[in-house]
Amino acid sequence: MSLRSAVITFPGSNCDRDMAVALEAVSGTPAIRVWHGDATLPERLDFIALPGGFSYGDYLRCGAIASRSPVMRAVIEAAGRGVPVLGVCNGFQVLTESGLLPGALMRNAGITFVCRNARLVVENDSALFTSAYAKGQHLSIPVAHHDGNYFADDATLDRLEGDGRIAFRYAETINGSVRDIAGILNEKGNVLGMMPHPERAIDPAHGGTDGRALFESALNTLASA
Amino acid sequence: MKIRVHVSLKNGVLDPQGRAIHHALEGLGFSGVNDVRAGRLFELDVDDSVSDDALDDMCRKLLANMVIENYRIEKVAA
Repeated sequence: MSLRSAVITFPGSNCDRDMAVALEAVSGTPAIRVWHGDATLPERLDFIALPGGFSYGDYLRCGAIASRSPVMRAVIEAAGRGVPVLGVCNGFQVLTESGLLPGALMRNAGITFVCRNARLVVENDSALFTSAYAKGQHLSIPVAHHDGNYFADDATLDRLEGDGRIAFRYAETINGSVRDIAGILNEKGNVLGMMPHPERAIDPAHGGTDGRALFESALNTLASA
Repeated sequence: MKIRVHVSLKNGVLDPQGRAIHHALEGLGFSGVNDVRAGRLFELDVDDSVSDDALDDMCRKLLANMVIENYRIEKVAA
């Protein structure tokens, strides 16, 4: 199938091109680039990606201003209709700030910016974004963030665990995230937020291809729908 | 009308920045500091017609992240 995907660019996004390249590499179809000030999204989208970066210079809180931008109202509406939405790094922060995902991403527990390959454990292998992985599988995916320390109250965390909504955990402590959470899903499973960058691990020249299956999962699920 | 909005982390939320500041104070030789929590202060200049409810709404919708933060609104005499 041809994937109609959109990558949203906010002022200060810097992984939007990487995301678009990844989507085209896996699906064979160029991604549509959407500017944050647009009030509407292209029609009949199969996939929306919120990229990494430093939207609005991380002013106020990471992702806070971007999450209130005009295009996010359209993204929230599309997510409600079941359109898959992937938020990576700053995109994850935008998703929590917009209320599409629970919790918050705080300053790394070690204060310093963390930039390296992280080992992840796949916790959920039945979601739209994760079906091409196996539960318990270890992945190596790059992280590059200052505010990836996931926090939510215990009741929320228990609910996430109980409903299988933790998609990925860190295999080692990276940033102080509660319960080593690296990525979570919304209730319906069509919104995934994660700090690690799957779009930076899709080509052997990247040093690894463990991120590729995430995009393939979504593509396969959409193709069979 | 001048408004100050004080935003602070909720109790129980770990504050890595506060901890780093605490360490730095100790490094400077200040003793007796038991804990440091870092927060944020916003100074707003708003029309007198802006209601308390609207100010509350501003805090909840943008200035504070209610998942991790509390806020306190202070009206400052002009």
